[in-house]
Amino acid sequence: MSDTHAQTVAYVRDTQLPPSPPPASEVGLVGWLRANLFNGVWGTVLTLLSLYAIYSILASSLPWIFNGVWTTKSLAECREVLDGVRGGCFSVLTERVHQLLYGFKYPAAEYWRPNLALILLFVAALPVLIYTLPRKLLIITALYPFVAFWLIWGGTILTPLLALVGFVAGYFVFQKFSTSSFAAGFFGAVIVAIVVWTIGGWLIPDNANANAMLRYVPSRDLGGFMLNMMLGVTCVSLSIPLGIVLALGRQSDMPIIKWICVVFIEFVRGVPLITLLFVASVMLAFFFPPNSTVDLFLRVVIMITMFSAAYIAEVIRGGLAALPRGQYEAADSLGLDYPQAMRLIILPQALKISIPGIVNVAVGLFKDTTLVSVISMFDLVGMIRGPILSAQEWNGVYWELLGFASLLFFVVCYGISQYSQWLERQLATDHR
Amino acid sequence: MADNQEEVKMKKTVLFGALTAAGLAAGAAAAGTLDDVKARGTLNCGVATGLVGFATPDANGEWQGFDVAVCRAVAAAVLGDATAVEFVPTTGKTRFTALASGEIDMLARNTTWTFSRDVDLKFTFVGVNYYDGQGFMVPKDLGVSSAKELDGATVCIQTGTTTELNLADFFRINGISYEPVPIETNAEAQQQYLAGACDVYTTDASGLAATRAAFEAPNDHVLLPEIISKEPLGPLVRHGDNEWGDVVRWTLNALISAEELGITSANISEMSAGTNNPEINRILGTEGTLGEMLGLDADWAAKAITAGGNYGEIFEKNIGESTPIGLARGLNAQWTDGGLLYSPPFR
Repeated sequence: MSDTHAQTVAYVRDTQLPPSPPPASEVGLVGWLRANLFNGVWGTVLTLLSLYAIYSILASSLPWIFNGVWTTKSLAECREVLDGVRGGCFSVLTERVHQLLYGFKYPAAEYWRPNLALILLFVAALPVLIYTLPRKLLIITALYPFVAFWLIWGGTILTPLLALVGFVAGYFVFQKFSTSSFAAGFFGAVIVAIVVWTIGGWLIPDNANANAMLRYVPSRDLGGFMLNMMLGVTCVSLSIPLGIVLALGRQSDMPIIKWICVVFIEFVRGVPLITLLFVASVMLAFFFPPNSTVDLFLRVVIMITMFSAAYIAEVIRGGLAALPRGQYEAADSLGLDYPQAMRLIILPQALKISIPGIVNVAVGLFKDTTLVSVISMFDLVGMIRGPILSAQEWNGVYWELLGFASLLFFVVCYGISQYSQWLERQLATDHR
Repeated sequence: MADNQEEVKMKKTVLFGALTAAGLAAGAAAAGTLDDVKARGTLNCGVATGLVGFATPDANGEWQGFDVAVCRAVAAAVLGDATAVEFVPTTGKTRFTALASGEIDMLARNTTWTFSRDVDLKFTFVGVNYYDGQGFMVPKDLGVSSAKELDGATVCIQTGTTTELNLADFFRINGISYEPVPIETNAEAQQQYLAGACDVYTTDASGLAATRAAFEAPNDHVLLPEIISKEPLGPLVRHGDNEWGDVVRWTLNALISAEELGITSANISEMSAGTNNPEINRILGTEGTLGEMLGLDADWAAKAITAGGNYGEIFEKNIGESTPIGLARGLNAQWTDGGLLYSPPFR
């Protein structure tokens, strides 16, 4: 059978034909276009419509950007220079960029201080954001808030030092007592810290800010995008731990703790942020004696932190609920107590699941910081809506200013989003 | 944060404070604002967060404007230093609580003097520094020369303001109809109006003038002659501290009288040496004891006028016809020129 045909067939090809190239219409640029853009009648129509839409947007915006004027002193001069040609009046950005970034009252000679604080922020955030770095570096992160406070507000270095000493004292007390009882350690630490701060508060002279190395800048003088960044960073970093505590508290078996957390979360989530901000700026003033007000920045930080902590708590609760029951039981069967089980088994998994949700809240929170403009704080949007648009030279410039603001916010929010996606890929331990 | 130890101290004070002083607004007012300001060394003055010509920080962060000038004059009269002012920016929503809670000593934020604000909210309006009124702006193409011809027009109007109610009244009285287009801010109104979302934009006449000045082609738009409401704008203080109210009231009157009597920032040093007009001498403190009666220096008014000039100079510099806003004096001329400015005599 095998060689029946071997003799009868005159010619047998003993090599395979080289594959002929696919038709030109199926590969390369043409193929890609056919597959993706001109796939059938509807595809072609939609592609043409989209191309037309893109063209119209670019045709109107590109000349506006490229004809832009950058060096005049007022909107009227811009219009003179443009002389009827379409073009943006970007001079407002060149003249007022320092106000957009730092607010209008931060002393110009001190701009290096927030700049330095921003650079140090990246250094301090690295050990937290990239978990493969040595854990010792977290000390830098822990020191950062005090350094940043001193850089931005200036004044006497004794204030941040005292705050630091209070925390360190509390930490050591916690270390010493928490081995026997968590509650003893926790409350002992709080009491010791308060004692240190009170005694230290008496020791710092009242006029300490007068001749300090760095000039003292009151909170009222902060503004611009710097204020958005400060509020965003402070509130996000405070609200994540608070949110974790609230989420765990809500799942607790202890009724008082559980109900405190439930009431807090439900109440704060049920109230619009802008209401909380009005309470911070307007109502609280009525409850304090006239000459002793808590700093407005601190009041706003507290309110925004409460707000986002309630949301983050619910996101994390979702992560906790998504864990199979077996994980909790496994922790119990290993003999771990509650803090150990949470720290070593439950939370690492729950937080990993919650990353997209937390980032969602963080990005939303960062943008919500512009709401402080309604309580007359001059953040980026407040600067635009108030001082800059009400200046006689720049009254009427909208697109340029708001475009600049969106650009700044987009850069930061896109950065956060990209980081979170990177983090999710790094932590992907499941085999999907 | 370093505010922690402050906060801790605060917690105690807050508790006690909340318990003892339930009516804190009254508690704040009782202290004697004049003494507080002198002891503090700065005047806390509430202004707008930004209103063209009236209050706005310039590129160097210095506050400028017509309302700002009143604050500076008061600071100069009380403290002898026109720069000793802590400007507290307030929005339309936060301004009254800021004053009532004692956060600011006076409010100069083009606030309309109305019955309920005076009586119910318990503030004292010390005078009027600008007589405004609600007007209309229309595109020239509309071919309208009077607001009474606006039957059936779409009107851009800021919600939640007195202008909304005035507008309804005006159209009802004249038996014509309109369609409101509600908007939130002046900036939004500007865009909506230019985009043709409404035929008419209505707000205070000074605001209309400032808005029109910012247009690319201001001459394509006209302000209609009708002014349909009274908006007397003036500085105000809390009820219950008449000494402080007197200081602010007579500082404003001094600026107005100075214009009437021809005292300007240019000739004030010459006049301070003494003139043969006794009223000028009394204002400038070379005769009589007016300053002492107020609890201020004899030359308090001279300092207030030196700070930014007399009323007319302040008007011209910030909102007058030489500025882009280009407001005419109109009702805000001296009574001798047919306006409403009329300061009681300094005697």
